[in-house]
Amino acid sequence: MLVLEDVNVYYGAIHALKGISFEVNQGEIVTLIGSNGAGKSTSLKTISGLLRAKSGKITFKGENLAIVAPQSIVAKGISQVPEGRRVFANMTVIENLELGAYLRKDKTEIKKTMQHVYDLFPRLLERNTQISGTLSGGEQQMLAMGRALMSQPQLLLLDEPSMGLAPILVKQIFSIIKEINASGTTILLVEQNAHMALSIANRAYVLETGKIVLSGDSKELAASEEVRKAYLGG
Amino acid sequence: MASITTQIFQQLVNGLSLGSIYALIALGYTMVYGIIKLINFAHGDIMMVGAYSGWFAITALHLPFLPALLFSMVSCALLGVIIERIAYKPLRNASRIAALITAIGVSLFLEYGGMLVLTAQVRTYPPVFPETMYVVGGVYFKYGDIVMLVTSVVLMSLLHFTVQYTKVGKAMRAVSFDQEAALLMGINTNNIISYTFAIGSALAAAAGVLMGVYFNTIDPLMGIIPGLKAFVAAVLGGIGIIPGAMVGGLMLGLVESIVSGLGASTWRDAVAFLILILVLIIKPSGLFGKNVREKV
Repeated sequence: MLVLEDVNVYYGAIHALKGISFEVNQGEIVTLIGSNGAGKSTSLKTISGLLRAKSGKITFKGENLAIVAPQSIVAKGISQVPEGRRVFANMTVIENLELGAYLRKDKTEIKKTMQHVYDLFPRLLERNTQISGTLSGGEQQMLAMGRALMSQPQLLLLDEPSMGLAPILVKQIFSIIKEINASGTTILLVEQNAHMALSIANRAYVLETGKIVLSGDSKELAASEEVRKAYLGG
Repeated sequence: MASITTQIFQQLVNGLSLGSIYALIALGYTMVYGIIKLINFAHGDIMMVGAYSGWFAITALHLPFLPALLFSMVSCALLGVIIERIAYKPLRNASRIAALITAIGVSLFLEYGGMLVLTAQVRTYPPVFPETMYVVGGVYFKYGDIVMLVTSVVLMSLLHFTVQYTKVGKAMRAVSFDQEAALLMGINTNNIISYTFAIGSALAAAAGVLMGVYFNTIDPLMGIIPGLKAFVAAVLGGIGIIPGAMVGGLMLGLVESIVSGLGASTWRDAVAFLILILVLIIKPSGLFGKNVREKV
């Protein structure tokens, strides 16, 4: 579904992604794990068009994404939940969700999707007229995910959904990620919490300083000596 | 005693009329600042161009007031978009001081371009309104005062409705809060920035026409002082905050006419800038500004 081939990305002089290749197949949960600065978020931002690759190829369902404007990538069926949630804190929960459906025209269909989001996150329905800046961190994460789902993506990119959340909330968020996947959305998950990420993913790639150093079935990776030492605390 | 009360009311009427002009200009400042964090110092000069387009529409095209107002608003909306595309867009990722200096450059370009094309000669606005005066309890309302207030209130309500309830308005608020996140929603941020300039400039044009009608004369440098005052109004209300600009504008108008009413009209401008200084010392975020705290 999504294929990256030999992608190089620079921040000015800094070579952030050094010839990265990976793929995500339809229906999978794939995770990119690695420590701070390994290039996980950079990979997602490059897919969603916020950053541009200097060289290499990114294709989604056979289409070259490098020539698509960032605001048009959503229309192709890719939606990103950015790191740090980035909800529009000055607007209400409903307004945030409406903006998630910005490119969609059919009002009744949008209402249906919104209902679906409320089913996944009942908390958002309780707070729907509240200014989203007043929500708790966990609720904001739910809102950011709900907002991304409003575009009915085929591929959902999640950047550090567990960041700053209490363990019980992390569990809840991850079980919802599985639920979203079960209803047909492919997921590419970036996580520092390798333990949680490997527990729900089908496959995983391990990034280190801009390169993929390991890849494979997530159960096998979770069992491997290298990953356990480096990312799972022995 | 009664005469003092009517005096006060008279100054309130004058102040609201003047203040509604400041408010219209201040809205453009604040909207542009809200969305790209640029103090668009050319904004007062766009108002001047608006005054001239209105004058042209009335004298040369023989349009009545409302069509002339619309003509001027549309022309300036286009001008605003063109200025943004040519002068500011290439500097989107440059330092803020570079954009600010460019804005001053655009301001000078419009002022002295105006001098060149239109000559420095002061033009007289034809009387578009009857000289009717209404007297309510000893307070005089000029026909023009009422048109000015009504026009401003209608435009501000339209703006409020657009920003709060339409798709474009929501996109504007989203872009002004977080451009990258807005891109992730599929919002074409460049178009939204253009809309913002268009709306801000159209409001300035309306203010220009109203000023022409109210004060009868226009000249190519007429935008400087009202532009600066509207900037003060925007800062007073809290730059980037739309209701702040409305209230800031009205307050500034009121303060000025009260100062004039006290017989110190030569101090009017000084008082306006004194307010700026006081706001910057006491509450730099303005009346409506709040320190946004982020939850993590």
